[in-house]
Amino acid sequence: MTGKQKILYFITLHRTGLWVTALSLLLLLFPLVEDNPYTLGITNLIAIYSIVVLGLNLFIGYAGQISLGHAAFFGLGAYGSAIATVNFSVNPWLAMVIVAVLVALVALLIGIPILRLSGHYLAMATLGMNFVFHTILLQWDEVTGGPSGFSGIPSLSIGEYEFWDEVSLHYLIWTFAMLALLFSLNLVRSGVGRGLAALAGDETAAAALGVNTRNAKVKVFVLSAIFASFAGSLFAHTYSFVSPDSFDIFAATDMVIMVVIGGMGSIWGSLFGAALITLLPEWMDLFETYKDFVHGGILVLVLMFLPQGLVTGLIDIGKTKLALRRQKDAEA
Amino acid sequence: MFQDFLQFSFSGLTSGAIYALIALGFCVVNNTMGIVNFVQVDFVSLGGMLMFSALFALGLPMVPGLLLAVAGVGLVAMIVERFGLRPARSDNHLVLIFLTVGLSIILRGIIKLVWGKNRMALPPLTPDEPINILGATVLPQALWILLLTVVAIALLMWFFYRTPLGLSMRAVASNTTAAAVVGIPAGRIRLTSYAIAGALGGLAGVLVTPITTLNYDVGVLLGLKGFAAAILGGFGSFPGAILGGVGLGLLESLSAGYLSSAYKDVVAFAVLLLVLFVRPKGLLGK
Repeated sequence: MTGKQKILYFITLHRTGLWVTALSLLLLLFPLVEDNPYTLGITNLIAIYSIVVLGLNLFIGYAGQISLGHAAFFGLGAYGSAIATVNFSVNPWLAMVIVAVLVALVALLIGIPILRLSGHYLAMATLGMNFVFHTILLQWDEVTGGPSGFSGIPSLSIGEYEFWDEVSLHYLIWTFAMLALLFSLNLVRSGVGRGLAALAGDETAAAALGVNTRNAKVKVFVLSAIFASFAGSLFAHTYSFVSPDSFDIFAATDMVIMVVIGGMGSIWGSLFGAALITLLPEWMDLFETYKDFVHGGILVLVLMFLPQGLVTGLIDIGKTKLALRRQKDAEA
Repeated sequence: MFQDFLQFSFSGLTSGAIYALIALGFCVVNNTMGIVNFVQVDFVSLGGMLMFSALFALGLPMVPGLLLAVAGVGLVAMIVERFGLRPARSDNHLVLIFLTVGLSIILRGIIKLVWGKNRMALPPLTPDEPINILGATVLPQALWILLLTVVAIALLMWFFYRTPLGLSMRAVASNTTAAAVVGIPAGRIRLTSYAIAGALGGLAGVLVTPITTLNYDVGVLLGLKGFAAAILGGFGSFPGAILGGVGLGLLESLSAGYLSSAYKDVVAFAVLLLVLFVRPKGLLGK
């Protein structure tokens, strides 16, 4: 191999690692370039949703299931952290872990019976679960604060250092998001991940190949719930205030929209989908009256013309173009 | 004691009939296309809105207004199918379902733009003079809801069992490939299924909005209950949709009456989940 080929080979071989390194560097330097707290607030929100969407995409894109109820796990994480730190004065870091373990148990208890369902039945069951959770948040106001929300949640801190301004939160939240990204990227390349991908392709075939499908589905469901719980805890500590509106069925639907727009089964697409759907309302100020048309219109256009999702869809188009050109060159 | 029970049962039957109409709309589209059509939710709001305009902008009497509103929603539904769903390049059900979510957001935006965000009052079909039945007080509108729901179901039965188009729709529902082989046009069937779903949703909207209030997103919660009813009965089964609708309505009003009105939706959804755990395909599902 010549030197050029060697470098190209190295890049192709390590493309995922290089992309992750590049993104980490970009995120490390971002607050130096952009110090507007408002912008950083939005990118922090993108990171929080990315964590939820990464987990949800493992469940939807890799295990081939549907959940319209992940806002409930996100909300359990947020309210769990809020109640543990304010009412029981637990250390926020410890609370985050305890809550995640509890959410995992809840997801396991719900997941075992609910994942026997499939298709539309599973969609309805998870939607119903989210609806019940949201109603409880609204009605059980001695504990949750009811419709007016829960405020006064402390910030996270290490020793004396408190994560309360946008720049420090940027580093904290994106660290979590990048860990979630690395975890997902590695998981889908492991044997377990390949089994999941087989499950998404054809459940019967996967079972025939020796994948324990029921077990695998429940495991991914629990994993995605843990992701959502961590994201929820971070959400609570970032805003020091939570209200039921952030965890209703529309929030749950938005999370699935992020997965579908980014591309089902595309890990990088999860980040992209979370970013696009979080940014849309920000751009909407420009055309307030027509915001529903733009919001719905973008969803309809993407799903109509790039049903694999934006990232996978655009890459596919690029690959097709490249292959056609190569074929032309070979013929000439 | 008995009067209370009767009162709760009547109100449960009334909302159950509305859920059943919406659930039937979900089932018709599912049987021909295999997807959950979330635009159904907005057909309900649109029905009420069109009725409002027919009565107050056009000055029509009740009966022509009702027919116009129902037909109007049917027409809108056909436009949604032809230009919103037909051009889709995917047959992945999740993609198609989220396409309907996008279309539903757009349609809700149009309704908001045309009729505004204010709450409006739609008059009932006949003046509100409560009727006393065995000690329970019933509004005439509730009786109209029950009557017209039965009429709509009878018309659907006639359509599906006595007309060529209805028979071919049942053929598509039972085996899409075989139906295509014998030359049943898929496009026309899908268009008809949307028209029927729209008309059913619109009728539900016209009937229920005098009791609730008329608002651009009144259909969202009603539509979800309709979806829940369809799932409870077994998605795609017509008797299941009716049973699921009435069951859900009764469950809701009885739990609101005897347990707690704040948690009536929780009880309804909890029972739905329990039923699904025992029968994963719904009560009458295959």
